[in-house]
This record gives sequence, C-alpha cells and structure tokens, in this order.
Amino acid sequence: MNVSVTSIPVARATHEHGHAHDAGSNTVLGFWIYLMSDCLIFSCLFATFGVLAENTAGGPSGRELFDLPYVAGETLLLLISSFTFGMAALGMHAGGRDRMITWLAITFLFGAGFIGMELQEFTHLIAEGAGPGRSAFLSAYFTLVGTHGLHVTAGLGWLAVMMHQAIRFGLDDVVRRRVACLSLFWHFLDLIWICVFTFVYLRGVL
Amino acid sequence: MLGKLSLDAIPFDEPIIMGTGAVVALGGVLILGLITYYGQWKYLWTEWITSVDHKKIGVMYFALGLVMLVRGFADAIMMRAQQAIANNDAAGYLPPHHYDQIFTAHGVIMIFFVATPFILGLMNVVVPLQIGARDVAYPFVNSLGFWLSAVGAVLVMLSMFIGDFAATGWVAYPPLSELGYSPTVGVDYYIWSLQVSGLGTTLAGINFVVTILRMRAPGMNLMKMPVFVWTALITNILIVAVFPVLTATLAMLSMDRYFGMHFFTNELGGNAMMYINLIWVWGHPEVYILILPCFGAFSEIIATFSGKPLFGYKSMVYATASIGVLSFFVWLHHFFTMGSGANVNAFFGIMTTIISIPTGVKLFNWLFTMFRGRVRYHSATLWTIGFMVTFAVGGMTGVLLAVPGADFVLHNSLFLVAHFHNVIIGGVVFGCLAGMSFWFPKVFGFTLNEFWGKVSFWCWLIGYWLAFTPLYVLGFMGMTRRMNHYDVPGWHPWLVVALVGAVIIGAGILALIVQIAVSIRDRKQNWDLTGDPWDARSLEWSTASPAPFYNFAHIPDITSLEQHWEDKETGRAGVQPRYYEDIHMPRNTAAGFVISAFSFVLSFALIWHIWALAVIGLIGMIATFIARSYDRDVDYYVPAAEVARIESARYALTRKAA
Amino acid sequence: MSGSSVAAHAAHDASHGSVKSYVVGFGLSLVLTALSFGTLMSGLVPHDMALGTITILAVVQLLVQLVFFLHLGAAPEQRNNTVIFLLSTLLIATIVSGSLWVMHNANVNMMPTQMTLERAMSKD
Repeated sequence: MNVSVTSIPVARATHEHGHAHDAGSNTVLGFWIYLMSDCLIFSCLFATFGVLAENTAGGPSGRELFDLPYVAGETLLLLISSFTFGMAALGMHAGGRDRMITWLAITFLFGAGFIGMELQEFTHLIAEGAGPGRSAFLSAYFTLVGTHGLHVTAGLGWLAVMMHQAIRFGLDDVVRRRVACLSLFWHFLDLIWICVFTFVYLRGVL
Repeated sequence: MLGKLSLDAIPFDEPIIMGTGAVVALGGVLILGLITYYGQWKYLWTEWITSVDHKKIGVMYFALGLVMLVRGFADAIMMRAQQAIANNDAAGYLPPHHYDQIFTAHGVIMIFFVATPFILGLMNVVVPLQIGARDVAYPFVNSLGFWLSAVGAVLVMLSMFIGDFAATGWVAYPPLSELGYSPTVGVDYYIWSLQVSGLGTTLAGINFVVTILRMRAPGMNLMKMPVFVWTALITNILIVAVFPVLTATLAMLSMDRYFGMHFFTNELGGNAMMYINLIWVWGHPEVYILILPCFGAFSEIIATFSGKPLFGYKSMVYATASIGVLSFFVWLHHFFTMGSGANVNAFFGIMTTIISIPTGVKLFNWLFTMFRGRVRYHSATLWTIGFMVTFAVGGMTGVLLAVPGADFVLHNSLFLVAHFHNVIIGGVVFGCLAGMSFWFPKVFGFTLNEFWGKVSFWCWLIGYWLAFTPLYVLGFMGMTRRMNHYDVPGWHPWLVVALVGAVIIGAGILALIVQIAVSIRDRKQNWDLTGDPWDARSLEWSTASPAPFYNFAHIPDITSLEQHWEDKETGRAGVQPRYYEDIHMPRNTAAGFVISAFSFVLSFALIWHIWALAVIGLIGMIATFIARSYDRDVDYYVPAAEVARIESARYALTRKAA
Repeated sequence: MSGSSVAAHAAHDASHGSVKSYVVGFGLSLVLTALSFGTLMSGLVPHDMALGTITILAVVQLLVQLVFFLHLGAAPEQRNNTVIFLLSTLLIATIVSGSLWVMHNANVNMMPTQMTLERAMSKD
C-alpha cells in the first residue's frame, strides 16, 4: 500500500526563515530596477531634447521663454518636498505612524505647489503661442518637462493612497515597504529635475 | 461620441478580410459554445485566467504565440503567393495598400506576438523550476504582464476587421508613420498594441531579474545556475534596459500624431532620423532578447541528449554576458545607408563583426558537447542540429552585412530579408519548438508524439531553406524588399521556389498542430511517470510531471552544477522525504485580467479618438490597481498534510513505473 | 555607547538616513542649486565656461542626493542598488552619447547648408 499520510510526521514548521524580510527587500529591489527603466525613458527624452533643442523653426527659443526665477521657485518647492519626505521616512523607521503621515501630507502640499506652478507655466506658454506644436524644440520641451510633471502627479496620488493605507492598516510590513518604494520614487523625481533645470532651463538661456 | 468610429471602419468591400472575419467569427462562436456546453467557464476562470502560477502563465504565453504564428504565417504565404504571381503584366491579387499592411502585420506579429510570447513562455515555465523556487518574485505582476501582451495581440487582430493596420513596415519609420502620410487609424493600432504589450514585457523583465537574483535555492550561486537561467538573466536585463526606449520612442510618435507635435515630422524642425536612431537602439538588443533564451534551451537539450555535461560552462556564461553587453554598441548597422559618415559607420561595423565571436564560442561548445557523447536523436536534438547549421549560415550573412560597403549594396534588399529570417527561423523558431518538445512533459505530464515532431522538423528545415535561399540570390540580383509587383522576369522562378518553400513550412506548422492533437489523444500511453523522461540533468527534472503547483515540497540544497544528475548518480534522487511542511503560496487574482481588460478599453478608445471612453479605461486601470493594493488576503499556506498527500501519490506512481 | 553599537548605528544610518544626513543633503542641494542659477543669472561666470560649470554643479548635486536622500553607498545593504545604478548610468551614457554622436554626424552630413569641398571630402 502506499505510504500512509498519518505515519509521516508532519512538521508544522514556520515559513522559511527570513521570508518576510526577503519579500520586502525583493519588492524594493524590483522597484529600484523599475526606477532605472524609468530613468531610461527620461534619458531618451533628454537625448531627443538635446538633438532638437536648436530646432525652433523660427519660433521662440528658451532664451525668450524661460523665466529663471520662476523655475528657481519650482526647484525650491520640489527640493523641500524631498527633504520633508526624508523626515517622513525617518518617522516611519521610528515607528511613528502619525509623524510619518504628517510629513507625507507636507510633502504632498509642496509637490502640489510644484505642479501648480508648472501648470501655470505651461498654460502661459500655450497662450503666448509657444505651445508644443509650434516647433520641435517646444515639442521636446513640453514632453520632457510634462512627463516629469506626470510622474510627480502620479506620486501625489500615491502619497494620498499611502496616507490613507497608513491610517487604515497602520505601519504594517506592506505599508512600510510601499512607503519605501514611494520614497525612492519621490527622490528620484528630484534627481530628474536637477537634470531638467540644468540642461533644459539653464542651458536654454545660454 | 464615438470619435472616428463608424460602420465605415469595417472593410465590407474587401472579400479576403470579410471571408477571414466570417471564419474567425464562426470559430470564435464555436469555441465559446463548446466551453459553455461543457460547463468549463468556472474551470477556465479559476484555473487559468486568474492563475498566478508561472507554469500556467508560461503555457498561456506559449499558446498565444502558437495562435499568432498561424496568423503571421497566413500573412507570409499571402506575400509569397503575391510575389510568385505579380510579374510584369500580372498585378497579383493584393493591391499595394493591402500588401503593405500585410508585410507590416507579418513583422509586428512574428516579433511581438509570436517570438516574444514564446520566449517568455519558456522562461516562465522553466526558470523557477531550474533554480529551485516555488514561483517568480511577483506572481500577480506575472499574470498582469501576460494579459497585457494578450491585449496587444487582440488589438492587432482587431485592426484587420475594424479599421486598418499600419502600412509602414514593422518599425514604422516617420514621416511615413506620421499623420500626414498615414492619416488612418492603422499606425495608432500599431502604437497602442506595442505600448500595452511592451509594458507587459517590461514587467516580465523586472520580474525575472529579481527572481533569478534573489530566489535561487540555497547553495546555487551564480556559477551553479543552469545555462538556460543565465541566458534568461541576460535576456531579462536586456528587456529592462531597452523596452523603455521603445516606450519613449512610440510615445513621442504618438505625441506627433495626437497633439500635433513635431518630434519626427518634416515640418517645424522635426528630425525623423532621431526616431530611426532610437528605434534601433531598442531594435538591436531586441533580437538578442529573442535569441538568447533559445541558445539556453539548445544548451540544455544538447547536453541532455548527448548524455554529457555541457562543454565549457564558464565560457558559455561569459559569451552570453558579452553578447548582452555588445548588443548595445551595434545599433547603427540597421541604417548604415542613412546619412552617417565613414567614421561612424566604421565604428558600428567593427562592433557588429565583433559580436559574432561569442556566438561562435557557443557554437563550438555545443559541438564539443556532442563530441564523444552518446547522442540520442530525439526531435529536440534534430531541431538543435538543424539550428546549428542554419543559424551559422545566417550569422555569416550577418557578418557580411556588417561591412558598411557591402551593406550599401544589400540594404533593404531580399538579401537582408533572407539574413534575418535565417537567424530568426533557424534560431528563435527552431529553439522555441525544440524547447516546447523538451519541456512539454514537465508541464503536461505526457510526452509529445515523436513521429509528428520529426515530420514538423523536416518540413520546417526543408521549407526554410527552399523559401529563403532564393531570397539570398534575389538580393544579389538587386530585388528590393517589400515589393508588391516587379517587372524583372529573371526574378520570377526564384520567387516560385520561395513559394514552394513557404508551403512546406506551412506543412510543418500543420504537422505541429497534428502533433499536439495526436499527443493529447494518445496521452494515456505516454504518461511521464518518473518526472524525468529524457534522463536529464537539471533540477526541474527532479519534480513530478506535471510539476505540482508548489514545484518543490522542500526547497533543495544545491551542491552541484547539475544537481539532479548528481542525485541520480549518488542514489539520492527519487527518495521520498520523511516529513513535510506548510507551503506559502500566492493566491490567484482577477486583477491582472481586469487591469488588462481596461487597457484594451483605453487603447481602443485612443485609437478611435473616443475620449470619454479612454478616460474610463484609464480610471479603470488605476482604480483596479489601487483596489488590489488594499487587498491583504493575497497569499495562503498549503497545509503540510495536503502536500504529503500529493507527494505520496507521486511517489506511488514512480514506484509503479519502476 | 560601545564601539560595535556605534558602528552598527552608523551602518543603519547609512541605509536609512538620519535627521542630520537629510539636513546636510538638503543644505548642500540648496547651495548647489543657488550656485547653478547664480552662474546664469549673475553674469559673473564667463559665457564659454557656463555650461561646464552648471554641468559639474548638477553632477555634484546628483551625487549629493544619491548619497543623502537615496542612500546609495558601499555598505552591504546598499551595494545592490548602487551597482544596479552604476550599470544603468553606463547604459544611459552609452545611449545618450551614442545618439548625440550619430545624430550630429547625420545632421552635418545630410544638412550641408554651406559646406566647403574640403569638408565634404572628409571621412567623418
């Protein structure tokens, strides 16, 4: 007869050691790799901007369009939001749910401020006849900066969801690793912005 | 309200399409009817559509590839027939605009919806089993990736009946693909089907990289991984590295088409060459993505059927990694003739020549594996030998084309067409079919019919050579690719021979279908009771056939490069464990399917400019994803008693076989 | 505190950060940003050195934020992400510089507005 189940000592073992932590760090590793692929998308947009930057087709160039103090303002908002997210992450690591949520909310406000400024900038440009269809330079500009803005907007949505999930579920493993991923995402957006303000705006007025 | 969509979108005046549509509709109704009649909807939903099991997802990928192979082949044989007829006064039966869509669809389907699903299918089935893991790192994302690919395929198929498809060639160069020259929805179908399936492929890439880096069984360091896993690792790194380039490039094209921007237009400063540059930055690594898993499959097969370890494991690993790295430095060879100077052409020409060297290393390793082995001529072995001969020739013509001076004569001629079919059919198709027959029993529990497998192989081999050798000759004679009609009588006989070859390939595909049908019919005589029907070498063959859903009752400890072979040699194989543990498994979920369904709504709406519907599709995708993130019940434990029951049944079967 | 717990604390800080490290990172970024904008807006930097200056400032700020905000580094927990980032950077550099080289070359060869015979005969 086949080996009876009852005669086999069945061990109710705990799951394989380090499993829970491994799952968390697997998530973050995968997210980091995704972020690198996102970097590549931005690189293509930067490369294209580099190729098309001089193709203003008789229309306005960066020198005429870019308002550096305004961009400095946007940069400041985004940079502060990166700092406030860092405070949120520290709160999370210390196990302070409410501290984390508060800092995330402040981050949200600064991020929303950045998007508000950017929307105003875009609307103004389009109203002046310097919309994305005016020239290849403007197409590349709007797409590159706009893609960054879309990412920030997605980040705002994600912030809102995470604040709610922290309230609903507390700082469990799942919430923690998602906030860790969001933290990478948010900081990475500021990295991209460094390249944007340097190679699009500052370079554009040279 | 319906955007550009109206009844005019259906090509009532094209008999071939209407006929095909009727057949597809009837066939679809028949299949849906049969499923309903046999009451299999619940089974399909719970066991397949919502499955997160990598083996099932792998099967679905491969099945998608097989279905699309039939469609892609139909396009091929239509082209061959047209070219065999349309000499001088004969116009053939395909008007140019229709012909252009066929060669475009043929390329898009074969690359994105046959070859890619084939390799993703093989990697899905094999990689977790070969590394001693229970599943991939992100099972839900795996399911999502598959269904996104399926949506891409559905969009391409739908374009035939509602609207039209791109008529630009499979890489859709602007300005032809811009609104000015392609005002219909065809290019939009192209863009969205590739964006959606491309997202799926990228997700799969991330999934496999993390799986291979993080989920290997204890003791399996990188240099103890099977070669197939190495090729899978490099392939997936390439996927993550280059699919974003495709995404960005197609996005910019869609910016031009949807928002009147000027990235690649002729007016207002656009530069079409930038598209060509970027698309080939993606396109060249893409072909290495397709071939590397096949190289891995051949390595596993030839070692198994020669009864010897693979020769030169280390050099295989280094060769694979070199091919991966070098593939980023050759992309300009796809457009030597398009305006760059001699220095640029020389650099890329030399790099292209260099990349053939690691492939040569692999070829010699396979040959040395066979040398002094006890070679068994299973159909998988035949595919491998056929590949070695065929692919070597294709590689050589590639090195010829790598010389910019030669390429100036041969670019966009049939010589080029023959070259890439040479390497893709000889390499990718042969490799995937070999992998299918090799790993089929591991997935389904019974072996495939060998007679029909061999028939299929010989038809494919003879058919390929008959269909494409004439194209090499025609290329030298000056015939350009993508010609719907010609007036050089000297070309005509070669094209007739090519048609005969295509028909023989068709017989090979038919034989494949017969093989599957006959094997299912005869499965009871062909059960694989031991889990190791080929006396094979790597870890997947230590599991039952079919492998249980959790793969391994105990994650094995690895001490050898060929763990299963070593266990057989030392008598440790097939020994039933003394106890079992609870096993942690992911739950099935509908989220992947639902998100993909919304992506279909989004894409279709974008194609036809039905903006409100597009918003619904997008919100649906995002909302489902967020809803999924609130689900805390995504995994469960299989009780040890259940594992014991399944395993005991397995060992009883093995004892019966012995 | 004992020596090993200080070391452990430091290693922990490296992968998670501390208030101090975020403040330092933020402060440095502020300064570097101000310098970048200042380069263009103050007129103090000669025109032909401006691009090089802001590029260097950008690279430094990227590194600052990678270390202080994204916690890249050589410590064991940080190593994977750092290596992946470095490889990605190599890839991005290849694609971007390769594309710029190819496109510039094609533009020069294919859009010759006032090309001398000498230039047309040159092999690049």
